[in-house]
Amino acid sequence: MIRTVADLQKGEKGTIEELSFDEIPLALMEMGCIPGKQVTLIQFAPMKDPLYISVNGSHFAIRRETAERIILDKLLCDEI
Amino acid sequence: MKSNKKLNVALVGNPNTGKTSLFNQLTGMTQKVGNYPGITVDKKQGSCKLLDGTTTTITDLPGTYSINPTSLDESIVLETLLDEESENYPDVVIVVAEVENIKRNLLLFTQVKDLKIPAILVINMTDQMSRKGIFIDVEKLREVFQTEIVLVSARKKKGIDDLKLAIQNYENYAVNPLFKISEKIDQPYFDEIKTSLRGFSLYKSWLLITQKQHVSFISEASKHIIDKFKVDQNKLKKYQHKETIYRYQYINDILKRTYTIDRTKAKDLRSRLDKVLTHKIFGYVIFTSILLLMFQSVFDWASIPMDFIDATFSDFSEWSKQVLPEGVLSNLISEGIIPGIGGIVIFIPQIAILFLFVAVLEETGYMSRVVFLMDKVMRRFGMSGKSVIPLISGTACAIPAIMATRNIGGWKDRLITILVTPFTTCSARLPVYAIIIALIIPEDRVLGIFSLQGLVLMSLYILGFGSALVSAYLLNKLLKVESKSFFIVEMPNYKLPSIKNIFFDVVEKTKAFVLGAGKIILAISIVLWFLASNGTNDFKNAEQIVTQKSQGKNITTEELESEIASFKLENSYIGVMGKMIEPAIEPLGYDWKIGIALISSFAAREVFVGTLSTIYSVGSEDEGTIKQRMAAEIDPITKEKRFNFPAGMSLLVFYAFAMQCMGTLAIVKRETKSWKWPMLQLVGMGALAYVAAFITFAILK
Repeated sequence: MIRTVADLQKGEKGTIEELSFDEIPLALMEMGCIPGKQVTLIQFAPMKDPLYISVNGSHFAIRRETAERIILDKLLCDEI
Repeated sequence: MKSNKKLNVALVGNPNTGKTSLFNQLTGMTQKVGNYPGITVDKKQGSCKLLDGTTTTITDLPGTYSINPTSLDESIVLETLLDEESENYPDVVIVVAEVENIKRNLLLFTQVKDLKIPAILVINMTDQMSRKGIFIDVEKLREVFQTEIVLVSARKKKGIDDLKLAIQNYENYAVNPLFKISEKIDQPYFDEIKTSLRGFSLYKSWLLITQKQHVSFISEASKHIIDKFKVDQNKLKKYQHKETIYRYQYINDILKRTYTIDRTKAKDLRSRLDKVLTHKIFGYVIFTSILLLMFQSVFDWASIPMDFIDATFSDFSEWSKQVLPEGVLSNLISEGIIPGIGGIVIFIPQIAILFLFVAVLEETGYMSRVVFLMDKVMRRFGMSGKSVIPLISGTACAIPAIMATRNIGGWKDRLITILVTPFTTCSARLPVYAIIIALIIPEDRVLGIFSLQGLVLMSLYILGFGSALVSAYLLNKLLKVESKSFFIVEMPNYKLPSIKNIFFDVVEKTKAFVLGAGKIILAISIVLWFLASNGTNDFKNAEQIVTQKSQGKNITTEELESEIASFKLENSYIGVMGKMIEPAIEPLGYDWKIGIALISSFAAREVFVGTLSTIYSVGSEDEGTIKQRMAAEIDPITKEKRFNFPAGMSLLVFYAFAMQCMGTLAIVKRETKSWKWPMLQLVGMGALAYVAAFITFAILK
């Protein structure tokens, strides 16, 4: 099963495997969201949308639809 | 620098890096806001004296995370840094980074540096370094980046002189690109770009090719070549992503050697505050309380200076009447211009207080949390979490609120926000509401504590927000606008607000309101004065006609004068206009006098009160207040009070919905670059106001 940032629990971490967009928003990558980096889910807004995450030293909020497309590396997330 | 041309310095940096604090430290009171030609983004400039006595012009460019823009504001940064021919082209760029977020900040630095402009890296908030366990090897960084690195603490005024010295030496910094995109990504492809687009550096060509829209200044010939490269969009995107990844790798490698942070030292203020402020229950409770506090203060604190301003201007008008020699010009001054200026100045307290709150909420970093909390709710109505800020600012004035929509990325979200913002109860509606409520609602208390009048006023606010949301919902369903919106909002560290930053922010926005909206209000006041003091032939012969009519009747000279005055008003141009629309507004419960006020309100709502006071003061000599005069007004047919409950409610509803503000229409035209949208607002909101007022009057009558 594919795990994405949207599957993270509050406080949980994961490592980005790939960004699966038809068209990856460049701004997302420029904010630090690039493969190999660790993501921490800090907070949900009600109905789990948007999500407040921290990655690569940046803290920002994205919508659920975006989070669902950031695929996490299954193996690594247990180790970190 | 001996040349006449002043040194141009541009400040760029991520939002929340303290760039504005640094700008304020460098320029102080010399700063002013202008416009970039052709577009509406504010251009903040100031001058700064260097240590050797030379003066420089410092431009504060909008905050951005990258040179690749995602919004209108951000595109200014790209345009300014690419257009070498422009008078705004910087001789040196200061890239502001923040000590804690240095990695992401360096992405922008490497991009700017690659444009071959001398670039100084400023690392701000260095006073926090020891507290957060951060160490930076500045010497080594200087070596790698081949430029000056300056550590500052803008808030504590530390390092400012070092920065000035660094600016002085700008000619000594290497301008070779740090990062060679071609080698890493696709050498042949970039070689082709290099040979096709001569006259531009490679990175500049690459930026020109990858932008969605052409920058404004390039030649047709270059556009043609660029378009050829634009055909393969997938390739461009892929390479942009690779570029970003490689840039981050490059930055990581450098930081590994030059930057250490002791994570255990980080005191976790952020996470503790976030736990409460973004909590799914407490978060909303706190936000609502802040809103209530804000509105409470807008009314309570502002009423004292407002009363003072009101009294001062009416005294001033009286005084000028006595001092100036009689004549048309004196009338224009004392009855047109002075009350006109007064009508603008009276809003300054409310608007300044509201801007003060918004500035504090933004400076502390709290506003991002509100955007986070409200996004889902606002999306239901076709807007974005970022629409909350314009909607709140709209309670002061729709004009700056509509300008604040510029950072909403998606066009549809932004358009809907622009279209519905004028429904929020702006401060210009307040005087209208206040006087009508005072006339038709008794001063009773509900449950012993809540004043009935206050409750009615609050329901009008709720009506305003409610209709903004409902119309946004409908517009979202109806509008066929293609737009991709992508939502990403930085959650900055919490900070204590800087008094200096807030002061400059409030002054700047208030000034923009006074000069922008003020010009229109003043102009309309003068036009109104002209229309009221000139008229048809009957107007000119008023004295004769009235005197003839009243012959044989037993009336005093005073009564005669009053008769003449009201006859004059009826036959002035504005009176004729009021009479003309009387049949249309009769079903709403209004007469031609209110009609005059309605017409003049289309310039700006607050003119309503002023117009009525002019109309009613003309007809009578007694010195009662405007409220007493309005209360005494009788409908000649029904012999009932003119401002009775049904007519008053109908007026309140009309003012809640109608788009009566030329200033807003003008700004909507400017921001949407089309007359279509302001016309839709004018007609749509006008029709809604008419129908709603008609129904209200019909039911209550």
